[in-house]
Amino acid sequence: MQAKQSINDFVIKFANVNGTGSASANSMFAKAIFRMGIPVSPRNIFPSNIQGMPTWYEVRVSQDGYLGRRGGIDIMVCVNPQSIKRDVAEVESGGYFIYDSTKPLDLRLVREDINYIGIPFTDICLREYTDARQRLLFKNVIYVGALSALLNIDFSVLKDLVSDQFKGKEKLITPNIYALELGHQYASTHFDCPIGIHLERGHRVAKHIEDFDNILMDGNTAAALGAVYAGATVAAWYPITPSTSVVDAFDKYCRRLRIDPGTGKKNYAIIQAEDELSALGMVIGANWNGARAFTATSGPGVSLMSEFLGLAYFAEVPTVLIDVQRAGPSTGMPTRTQQSDVLMAAYASHGDTKHVLLFPATPAECFSMTVEAFDLAERLQTPIIIMSDLDLGMNEWMSPPLEFDDNFRYDRGKVLSAADLDQMEERFGRYKDVDGDGITYRTYPGTHPDKGAFFTRGTSRDEYAAYTEDGAEYVRNMDRLLKKFETAKSIVPEPKIKHSEMQTQHGVVFFGTTASPAYEAIEILEKEGIDLDTMRIRSFPFNMDVEQFIREHDRIFVIEQNRDGQMRRLMLNETSAPAKEKLIPILEYDGLPVTARKIAGMIRNYITHGNVTPLTRRNATEEEMA
Amino acid sequence: MTYVKPSFRHPEAPINELGRSRQDYEGGLSTLCAGCGHDSISAAIIDACFELNIEPHKVAKLSGIGCSSKTPAYFLSGSHSFNSVHGRMPSVATGANLANRDLIYIGISGDGDTASIGLGQFAHVVRRNLNMTYIVENNGCYGLTKGQDSATMDTGTPNKKGDINMYSPIDLARLAIEIGATFVGRSFSGDKQQLVPLIKAAISHRGFALLDVVSPCVTFNNHSESTKSYEYVRGANTGMPVDFVPMRQEITATYDSGATCEVCMHDGSVVRLYKQDNDYDIEDRQSALEATSHFKKEGKILTGLLYIQRDSEELHDVLGTARRPLNSMTERQLCPGSRFLDSINAGLR
Repeated sequence: MQAKQSINDFVIKFANVNGTGSASANSMFAKAIFRMGIPVSPRNIFPSNIQGMPTWYEVRVSQDGYLGRRGGIDIMVCVNPQSIKRDVAEVESGGYFIYDSTKPLDLRLVREDINYIGIPFTDICLREYTDARQRLLFKNVIYVGALSALLNIDFSVLKDLVSDQFKGKEKLITPNIYALELGHQYASTHFDCPIGIHLERGHRVAKHIEDFDNILMDGNTAAALGAVYAGATVAAWYPITPSTSVVDAFDKYCRRLRIDPGTGKKNYAIIQAEDELSALGMVIGANWNGARAFTATSGPGVSLMSEFLGLAYFAEVPTVLIDVQRAGPSTGMPTRTQQSDVLMAAYASHGDTKHVLLFPATPAECFSMTVEAFDLAERLQTPIIIMSDLDLGMNEWMSPPLEFDDNFRYDRGKVLSAADLDQMEERFGRYKDVDGDGITYRTYPGTHPDKGAFFTRGTSRDEYAAYTEDGAEYVRNMDRLLKKFETAKSIVPEPKIKHSEMQTQHGVVFFGTTASPAYEAIEILEKEGIDLDTMRIRSFPFNMDVEQFIREHDRIFVIEQNRDGQMRRLMLNETSAPAKEKLIPILEYDGLPVTARKIAGMIRNYITHGNVTPLTRRNATEEEMA
Repeated sequence: MTYVKPSFRHPEAPINELGRSRQDYEGGLSTLCAGCGHDSISAAIIDACFELNIEPHKVAKLSGIGCSSKTPAYFLSGSHSFNSVHGRMPSVATGANLANRDLIYIGISGDGDTASIGLGQFAHVVRRNLNMTYIVENNGCYGLTKGQDSATMDTGTPNKKGDINMYSPIDLARLAIEIGATFVGRSFSGDKQQLVPLIKAAISHRGFALLDVVSPCVTFNNHSESTKSYEYVRGANTGMPVDFVPMRQEITATYDSGATCEVCMHDGSVVRLYKQDNDYDIEDRQSALEATSHFKKEGKILTGLLYIQRDSEELHDVLGTARRPLNSMTERQLCPGSRFLDSINAGLR
């Protein structure tokens, strides 16, 4: 059997039991590789459970800087007997299976085509520790130590990480380093180290990685920082995976940055609401009253918030909502990722409603788009929904550093001050389109003793905010809201379009976390002679660039992580380009981040078999879907 | 039908300390049914704000959906108002209050809006002791959808169609006392003498103030067997007369019977209450619950200030927010700038 050989390019997966402290050991493993200057992307694949269920951690190491999932496992570290059968089966031919050899391996688990590395983790722990909790926790550190020998991780980097991790609890440093050494020593005395798949420092990495002083960060923390930088003072939320860490991080940074040094009082307020309805209600109330406020939730929360989203749209109250998407429908797979809230978010609430959506693809973009979202919300006086997902929100991504321009000034939109009102000769009309862009002027409560008060309502009203059931007035208002949506097209983030070096009539569209594996898939296909232009959508409503991309290509693959091709449908619905036959859905929705291999395979399959597949069949599928 | 609101006012109409007349506190013409209790409550709010010398633009009015929730259009037209969605006014009020703690928040709701669709939000705004006045215009039915039973309708009483309600009623005042409200009053839209001072006291209270005001629906629930009709409430009302004496004003009220109790509010004003029963301690939750149930058993409705906790921590105290309204914080105060971001980046390597 040929053992796999590769340097700085592999996928390793850890099979753990949740609630046993494996997460911090695993993240130390990934961070050590990151600190060695080798591109790495770790992913938690975890259950909706606190203790005792199988949980996995998949780490992609890629010298070429591919940060999406590749597909396939080269090395499996098995610390969980519950899932061992499927874990063995998952290893690619020639790969490695590292297991606890305290008990002999069941013969039914022995494959001829993979390499077995047995390390008696339990035995070592029984020998070294008397306390049951310590035996459990240090087992994780010991396997990281063993991997440092097997994969050639710089041991001093690991030692530094331990020191960083236990800053303030110095007593724990020595025992953790000792545990690392136990593993390292066992592996280096029993096996030829490093093994065929391993790491080496100093190799050239891809330019898009090399050009930056990268950070390792999760998207939820980045979004929370964005809210801090945007000047958000009110956050209201209801706990829900995978969005909870957004407000947790906002709280953490506010405690550092927003406590008045003189009085010790907070320049912010965070409320854990009784449900998501209330959370969004609070956000709307605060924004109506001139504070920047936001909430973070996931699909089930957006369902509940739909009523209030309609109110904010119709009453024109700025609102920022971060939707960290997970697998639906209903409770679905709450700890698995998906991009399946696109249509719901775009049209949330009854009646004719449409919302502005932003699609970040990296932590840096979670930060910058959240900053931008508050400006957009106030400029457009409407909800802005940031469409993140579990993969981006909860996993650590290698990312260019966060950037903030100190010359940037908040744009609070069209708000009249007391002085503005004093200077006004005409009557103030809250819903009067003075500038012709569909965006009207508002006032904050309490601005002026005699002018500028108005009645905010979810009912139909005239230009002066007075209730009306006059059909013509209603239509005028609805059409103005549509005009405002047109205005939005010119100020929301434009798509990123990349043209292939070879002229091609084929294009690919994707958004959010699908981008990383999609770019990789495009490179795989390019090597096979399949050239594709790409467009990464970053916002809705679509601007003219999106329309043009559709017009310029004969066939466009729309890659997304949902069953129904929601972005494709949105493009069909919301662009005027004749697209129905052009847009080919490329879908993955098993709850795990889509892999580059899978995308490449689906597109390859379509292109190579596409010529013989009658187009009518594709049309028939579309009819069914419509 | 076209209504034209007369603009004429008596040249010698009284003005308050701000130089404003009562007219400055009025709103648009009501479109509710003639004789609706809600209009009396709007009038009482106007009187209370006028007499308290409140600047109208320093008030924010909030409501949900229903007949009651339409009424913010009929008072204080100089105030901003937010007619939100059904049963969700408490959350909007909470957010608004977090953004600017310096305004006076008056929430108007009904028994459908509060006791049914909004019961969850109501319970939580009580728990949070949000600094606001929350008035429930309680008529025991859904007026705007033509008279369906509400959750405050008494067991065994019929609706307009003659169907007997067999469900047990939610007593919002008792519920609020139970879950920690710091000011709970009950009144009757027809008793202006009691209602106006109660509203003043509620506005002056620092924390959450509930006023559960029985406000008959003349169209759907004013029949002889309803316990929310004018006739019934006039008979059953056992009102504790209330005086509200603003700070620095001499106490001149002239009730001569019953036991008097005076409560000094945090701003120095005084609420004087004439109780029916000497043993009733309005600063004791249990006593308040016992008093209301005692009268209820006798077929009476106890009205007045039922319970007050003078010193309590309102939401901003609990959160420890800055004295200055959050909506007045500047970009300079809020944005940490690029240098801090550099240190964040450094910590992520």
